[in-house]
Amino acid sequence: MQNLSKPRLHIPVPAARPGDTPDFSRLEIPEAGSVRRPDTASDPAEMRDLAYDLIRVLDFDHRAVGPWDPRLDPETLRRALRLMVLDRAFEERMHQAQRQGKTSFFMRGLGEEAIGIAHAMALSDEDMCFTSYRQQGLLIARGCPLIDMMNQVYNNAADKLHGLQVPLHYSFPEFGYFAMSGNLATQVPQAVGWAMAAAYSGDDRIAATFLGDGATAEGDFYTGLLFASVYRAPVIISVSNNQWAISCFAGIAGGERTTFAARGVGVGLPSLRVDGNDFLAVYAAVQWAAERARSNHGATLIEFVTYRAHGHSTSDDPTRYRPADEFAAWPLGDPLQRLKGHLVALDEWSEERHQAYEQEAKDEVRALQREAEAIGTLHTGTKPSARAMFDHVFEESDWRHRRQRQEMGI
Amino acid sequence: MANMNMIQALNSAMDVMIERDPKVLVFGEDAGYFGGVFRVTDGLQKKHGMTRCFDTPISEGGIVAAGIGMAVYGLRPVLEIQFVDYIFPAYDQLVSEAAKIRWRSAGGYTVPITVRTPYGGGIFGGQTHSQSPESLFTHIAGLKTVIPSTPYDAKGLLISAIEMNDPVIFLEPKRLYNGPFNGHHDQPVVPWSKHPASDVPEGYYTIPLGKAATVREGDAVTVLCYGTMVHVAVTAAEESGIDAEVIDLRTLVPLDLEAIVASVKKTGRCLVVHEAPETSGYGAELATLVQKHCFYHLEAPVERVCGYDTPYPHAFEWDYFIGPDRVAAGMRLTLER
Repeated sequence: MQNLSKPRLHIPVPAARPGDTPDFSRLEIPEAGSVRRPDTASDPAEMRDLAYDLIRVLDFDHRAVGPWDPRLDPETLRRALRLMVLDRAFEERMHQAQRQGKTSFFMRGLGEEAIGIAHAMALSDEDMCFTSYRQQGLLIARGCPLIDMMNQVYNNAADKLHGLQVPLHYSFPEFGYFAMSGNLATQVPQAVGWAMAAAYSGDDRIAATFLGDGATAEGDFYTGLLFASVYRAPVIISVSNNQWAISCFAGIAGGERTTFAARGVGVGLPSLRVDGNDFLAVYAAVQWAAERARSNHGATLIEFVTYRAHGHSTSDDPTRYRPADEFAAWPLGDPLQRLKGHLVALDEWSEERHQAYEQEAKDEVRALQREAEAIGTLHTGTKPSARAMFDHVFEESDWRHRRQRQEMGI
Repeated sequence: MANMNMIQALNSAMDVMIERDPKVLVFGEDAGYFGGVFRVTDGLQKKHGMTRCFDTPISEGGIVAAGIGMAVYGLRPVLEIQFVDYIFPAYDQLVSEAAKIRWRSAGGYTVPITVRTPYGGGIFGGQTHSQSPESLFTHIAGLKTVIPSTPYDAKGLLISAIEMNDPVIFLEPKRLYNGPFNGHHDQPVVPWSKHPASDVPEGYYTIPLGKAATVREGDAVTVLCYGTMVHVAVTAAEESGIDAEVIDLRTLVPLDLEAIVASVKKTGRCLVVHEAPETSGYGAELATLVQKHCFYHLEAPVERVCGYDTPYPHAFEWDYFIGPDRVAAGMRLTLER
């Protein structure tokens, strides 16, 4: 026994903290178009390399290149861009509304808009989504009225959840959007179960579920992967690796030594790692996984590499734990700007059209916001009846609820 | 002595214990560099080093299980679960493991962990940031359950919990972190600095587990409560003019039965108040003990003022949260019999 070093407790440390220069040198970025695209019927054992690579379509000169290019027509691309602009405008206004005290809480998906919107566009509207909290764009893309979302954020009299839930914890059965929990990763094995039920029923609908890099640490994530693999469930499990879980960099979730996509390899799932700020790559990966699921080849795990440009929520100040200019240094850029650059390069969009649409989106959101606020906000206007909290515990209230309601005088 | 709010007092308890005992270490989600979402572990990593206070993956089951393993090795980990509403993935480790390892090894192994976690309402936290699940822990043989209501108590009780050789669930009333909230949400926020229990010794001291505190003496009715409800109950007594004796239990397991019995024998009436839903709440346990031990002294049935039997609603925070008026109405019920 000589020169053997003793074990020392290792605590992962991010490359940069406040005051440091942002450093993403650990992120390896291959050339766009360089990753192969296997047939959707391929054996997972033959594509393990994809869990450690990075699928990219849009290069830094705004061109779409390589086998993953979904070859979308310009109108579809413009629709995606408009949705991203609208989503960003909506989230910006609701965030401001929280800052003005009109609601208690809000979360933004700034910089991650491509993920939810590309899922909505690549999936069928009938497919069932078990989301986390940064896929509001998915709901918008499916045509959910913004005013319904605002009314929920304000918990006003028109809130379809009757004031029961925290802002943006939506539930929209009519848009295949499952009741959001707030507890992390619980939705992953539930989505798998839904997909198992679809397979059991001979249904051709599939499920999609979303979580962040931080939430992959929960046991429910691993359980979900296992069930998805064992029962060949038609489900897509999408991890948004946005680098930060509140104050913890992705290394605390185990992202220091391997990829999040690699979690699927151990249970035999096909696992892709994708540039999450590249709308075309996200769309192509979801389309690939959906085709695979629909043709009875089972589940896919996809890691989308992205960046959480805003705080975790309105409750934290990110400048306390990471460099303030980190998003500006993020090598995969801004998904909205990248898609816009692509459309402009194709001569299918222009700066003028963009500015005009941005204004249109802002005006639309403002007008709807006024409409929602005329009904009420968390602390003003007309509210739902507190009776709702008793009405939805069971199908039928029991004597306790009747007595407690009487005590409240409602 | 220093003036501390509850966050600073809890921080000081861990600071003192990390300094005093190399076996003490602190970890949890965002607990390291950032100092916790409520800032309770603020500065501990910087002062004591990376391995004494660190961040964990978002895995409550992992946090508690790793804590158990460390405790079995001989360390004395203090674990933070960001909100008690998130503790359930760790419930198996707490109930099947931490609570039973001493017993199943006939004392051969022990689990001296302290699980700190914020609980309770009053912050518009909705269903996943407002719950009071204390009875899910008091029901488990082998777990101790502590709930402070002031900065002074929080520090002394936390040090006792850390030194305890059994697992302790340490529930922190998050609405009391910054001030002694009395339930009047429409009145200006009162900071701890004006409250006598914000004078906190900077060094080591303990408050034994299992000792209740009589926070208001009175003859008309005994009010049994803990956490946020202590301040609501005192306010209810003052505003209603009812001469209530308010007992802050401070620890639910072990319970200071002696103090409860002495007070109820004096007043002949008893009201139990807790934020948690009424059905199968800890109040049922208290009511049973009171009727057994004070039966011949009781002038009226034991009453309960508790949370409604629903999940915690978001928009109806102040319909759900128990304020002084509901507590006073409960006191009157015991007096009008």
